[in-house]
Amino acid sequence: MSAIPTIVVYGLREALRRKVFAVVLLLTAGFLFLYWLANHYAFRDISGIDAPLGIDARSYAGAFIFGLAMFATLFLGVVLAVFLTLGTVRGDAERGLLQPLVVRPVGRSVLLFARWLGAVAVCTPYVVAVYVGAMLITGLTGDWWPDRIVVPAIELAGGVAIVAALSLLGSVFLTATANGIAIFMVFGAGLVAGLLGTIGHALSSHALEHAAKVAAWIVPFEALYQDALRQITANTTGLTGFVLQLGPFGGANTGGPGVRLWACGYFVIVALGAAAGFSRKDL
Amino acid sequence: MTAALGVTGLEKRYGSTRALTGVDLEVGEGELVGLLGPNGAGKSTLVKIACGLVRPSRGRAEVCGARAGSLEARRRLGYLAELFRFPGWYSADELLALHQRLSGSTGGGAERSELLELVGLAEARDRRVEAMSKGMQQRLGIAQALVGAPPLLLLDEPTSALDPVGRRTVRLLLEELRGRGISVLLNSHLLSEIELVCDRVVILLRGAVVAEGSPAELGRARGVEVETDQGTEVFEGKTREDVPALVAELVATGRKVYGVRALTSTLEETYLEAVGGETS
Repeated sequence: MSAIPTIVVYGLREALRRKVFAVVLLLTAGFLFLYWLANHYAFRDISGIDAPLGIDARSYAGAFIFGLAMFATLFLGVVLAVFLTLGTVRGDAERGLLQPLVVRPVGRSVLLFARWLGAVAVCTPYVVAVYVGAMLITGLTGDWWPDRIVVPAIELAGGVAIVAALSLLGSVFLTATANGIAIFMVFGAGLVAGLLGTIGHALSSHALEHAAKVAAWIVPFEALYQDALRQITANTTGLTGFVLQLGPFGGANTGGPGVRLWACGYFVIVALGAAAGFSRKDL
Repeated sequence: MTAALGVTGLEKRYGSTRALTGVDLEVGEGELVGLLGPNGAGKSTLVKIACGLVRPSRGRAEVCGARAGSLEARRRLGYLAELFRFPGWYSADELLALHQRLSGSTGGGAERSELLELVGLAEARDRRVEAMSKGMQQRLGIAQALVGAPPLLLLDEPTSALDPVGRRTVRLLLEELRGRGISVLLNSHLLSEIELVCDRVVILLRGAVVAEGSPAELGRARGVEVETDQGTEVFEGKTREDVPALVAELVATGRKVYGVRALTSTLEETYLEAVGGETS
């Protein structure tokens, strides 16, 4: 077990050298600045907007724009998680980096777990930090605050942790490039599922909504994101609440404890699959 | 006594390709065994199975009595891959420290200094891997394999990137390790190197052992060359043991003998005969 911190640090130093953090921090700074700009103009003009009857313009603007920020936060977190893990097994093995580590008396599953832990130790605080930053920008600029603060942050971080696990699983079987493409396609599939749910909700099509829900549960980072979206307007009712459930980039859906439990189970399945695949892999 | 490496009936298939077809091999304690064979003979596969990177399809491989690939086996071996790379941002000292932590070595700074000294990299202790020549990296790789003082060393082409001086350093290092009782399985294409340092040589061809023995045993008698007053003559089929009788016979016939030399084939000739000129 003492090998775990060693491998965690090894993975993080590698990411540092590849300037992954520098790129992500630069992107984040750019995003937060643009997000502040958007909030500034949106809330400056909000008093002059004549909202439709039953719609609270400030709640709608705040929740919608913050929902967008949550999507961007998830996306940036996923980018970070994928770039930290996409070449962990096959990519590093092809470069000759992995073999000297694997012959050491460290279990392969321990090695894989430590690399996941290293990625998660960076990605989850990052996601929470960007989430809090965006929330403060919206709250301080527009005087709108999410109904629930902690649970959505945890769900977004959980979603990124699942993507990191999926990326590690993919790295066992795919080259780094193929794995990166595959994971972003899976992420895109989750996004499409969310949009499908939005359309289904707007049209009151239960079939579409059901299909979207099944798809979101197949890739539970999407279900967690949808639940997080719902959580930020959990106490918003009436027409404003209905419209907000349409959500940006996917509908806000209450997953509740079920989706959180399923996300944990899903992670265990992915982790077991990765460990089994790695243990049988010839290097 | 348990062998440092024991391999019995080892087979490995990659799809329809048979990389190993039932290899038996043993490396004794403190023994230096050379593994020879053309490209694709299965040498690297054999080494990789021994260190747990590849799973055998059939047969058994044990390191100091522990199943190859098990944590116990990996605690007892050091390995240098043919195609390896170390993270470029580590210094030589940091890299060895990393492997000390992973192998559970308690040698600390003293062990790192000794290993760097041993491979001639004491001056490059703080130099980053990316600033080292390929030869220096290869020597650092050998130092890395020696972290934790493993009783068995598996070296896959450890001198492929070294210049003659570097090769000599490694050769001396191998002799030093043998003196310390460390067993070495050395996979190399350099016959002269194998001939100079190895106690025993194993030649693999298409996944099977085709010749095995000490370099001297593998050198086959090719006759006796005699220099007489009538010129130099080669008596094929004669061995070193036949020399006294042969000289007596020639003298009895009135010839003057000025010199005699028993001819044996070199390891290179034996190797070429064993592999039939196969290159890949």
